[in-house]
Amino acid sequence: MTSSEDTVLQPGDLVGGDAGTGGKFGVFGGRYVPEALIPALDEVAAVYEKARTDVAFIREFDHLLRTYAGRPTTLTDVPKFGAQAGGARIVLKREDLTHTGAHKINNVLGQALLTKRLGKTRVIAETGAGQHGVATATAAALMGLECVIYMGAVDCERQSLNVARMKLLGATVVPVTNGSQTLKDAINEAFRDWVTNVDSTHYLFGTVAGPYPFPGIVRDFARIIGVEARRQILALTGKLPDAICAAVGGGSNAIGIFHAFLGDEGVALHGYEAGGRGLETGEHALTLTAGTIGVLHGSRTYVLQDEEGQTIESHSISAGLDYPGVGPEHAWLKDSGRATYHGITDAEAMDAFALLARTEGIIPAIESAHALAGALKLGRELGPDATILVNLSGRGDKDMGTAMTYFNL
Amino acid sequence: MTSLAAVFEKARSEDRAALVGYLPAGFPTKDGAVAAASAMVDAGCDVIEIGLPYSDPLMDGPTIQDAVHRSLSNGTRIADVMRTVEGVARTGAATLVMTYWNPIDQYGAERFARDLANAGGVGTITPDLTPEEAGPWREASREAGIETVFLVAPSSTEERIGIVADCCTGFVYAASLMGVTGARESVGLAAEGLVKRTRAHTTLPVCVGLGVGTGAQAAEVAAYADGVIVGSAFIRRLLDAPDESAGLFAVRELAAELAAGCRRR
Repeated sequence: MTSSEDTVLQPGDLVGGDAGTGGKFGVFGGRYVPEALIPALDEVAAVYEKARTDVAFIREFDHLLRTYAGRPTTLTDVPKFGAQAGGARIVLKREDLTHTGAHKINNVLGQALLTKRLGKTRVIAETGAGQHGVATATAAALMGLECVIYMGAVDCERQSLNVARMKLLGATVVPVTNGSQTLKDAINEAFRDWVTNVDSTHYLFGTVAGPYPFPGIVRDFARIIGVEARRQILALTGKLPDAICAAVGGGSNAIGIFHAFLGDEGVALHGYEAGGRGLETGEHALTLTAGTIGVLHGSRTYVLQDEEGQTIESHSISAGLDYPGVGPEHAWLKDSGRATYHGITDAEAMDAFALLARTEGIIPAIESAHALAGALKLGRELGPDATILVNLSGRGDKDMGTAMTYFNL
Repeated sequence: MTSLAAVFEKARSEDRAALVGYLPAGFPTKDGAVAAASAMVDAGCDVIEIGLPYSDPLMDGPTIQDAVHRSLSNGTRIADVMRTVEGVARTGAATLVMTYWNPIDQYGAERFARDLANAGGVGTITPDLTPEEAGPWREASREAGIETVFLVAPSSTEERIGIVADCCTGFVYAASLMGVTGARESVGLAAEGLVKRTRAHTTLPVCVGLGVGTGAQAAEVAAYADGVIVGSAFIRRLLDAPDESAGLFAVRELAAELAAGCRRR
């Protein structure tokens, strides 16, 4: 039993609320999956609905977040970086300092606890950059669960360090060689495994996409980022920030930091997607910025697709943002006008990546560098009086191979 | 063009199960799909499902993935799917389209239903369209006079079977096992129980698919189901054939074997 000061997670932080809407966020979300998976999805939803208000579950999750993941994560003022952002005050939420090096650990620990409540002994997961795979393998090792990770063969190559980490943690890594051999194909393959092994297996979904109830569950487990950051920034600056910047692939780190601020009308929410080589080249992952409404991986949302509904392959220098879909809650935040989404090119992201390293001694994940690049632009727009909170969703160790090639190091 | 009702009526009168064969449009080629499906009808298939190739077939195993990938690489479009349906319907077989939901959603539900009906198609099977999301499609299909087939699975609760069966017209598709498409050594043990459970909710014919690939398996399924659905085994024959005529011969041979199985109930 801990005192409330030590606690990072309060009852009520797992907000749920999607059950009554059938998992719809406006017209987005829902369930487009084989009927065979409906009972499993219903079971996950029911077990989660019970768990999220169960004091024992909240206490157990909180204990892991504090003593295993390393929460609360700190805020860091980065004035030298901010000097390049029109002098705006830039404050980083340091999810890179969590165990395993990225925010993904939050969702994974929550879902691993759910897996136990579901009475299942095996977890499977998809991974793009490898961070969700590493986090899942970590939680599986911790809790004694069998673990299989599906990862696109292209991603296995560009994130080979993370493949080795997963193997060391005892997971089986299956390279997926069909389709574009990236995250979307890894998700297809994980669904195929799940429908075959659903009795023993929980699909530990890694982002706020997919069929109901995944978008809400993953959001709730990632929500601690914003819950903490809101308290911390009030303590640090005495007021709410003018804007929040986060990178958006599937959208879990972004929803994680946005959600606790949704009711704060004065706080602008900015999501940054991977612009890849630029919109005009067609080689990007600008799902919200350039996609159209459709169905992908079980959910109605924005999708990069042609006019006949075939998914268009995305591109990003960042494996974690290289996804042609996006979580349905982001689609709804976009259409409702509450959040704004922009593109950041590979080059802009890599410039911000290097700038943070040089000015502040922090090497960010290339995913997070998209949010940093967004903050540089936004700061120049808003000027020196502005305070901008950036979700530094992960650290850049895994990206050294890419950086070595890009910067010729 | 034959209606599904007529197909199952005829099969019942002959004391046999109906044989349903699946092939994706555009595989092995655009014309080759019509030729292969025609050979299948000629050798005993009562119903043909034409697959609409989709970039993310998360319910399909490696064989159908492979065929679909080739089809998309051949540049298959929805117009080609409609042309394939037209060609196959001309054989007199009841012809359906099996498709993931997003292509219909993007094409437009009313437009798709109308174009399919005009091509001589009798309905669709939509494996990832849940009853909760199926309202607009059922409405569009009713307007166009085509059938809507949905799937039940061994994991389905009684309540879900009831909900799905209520959305079905034509027949109910019972997935024989938990898993993706593909021929297997044995048909799932759960299939017979699922068919029995489904019959408690509907008077529609119940057809069994997933994992059926031989005459013996067809006979086993025909003992309790109104129809036997075979997909990957036909595709495998075409993939393994050295040339088109060998492929046609092989699918014809398989269709004949399966049709004989459907008569040994």
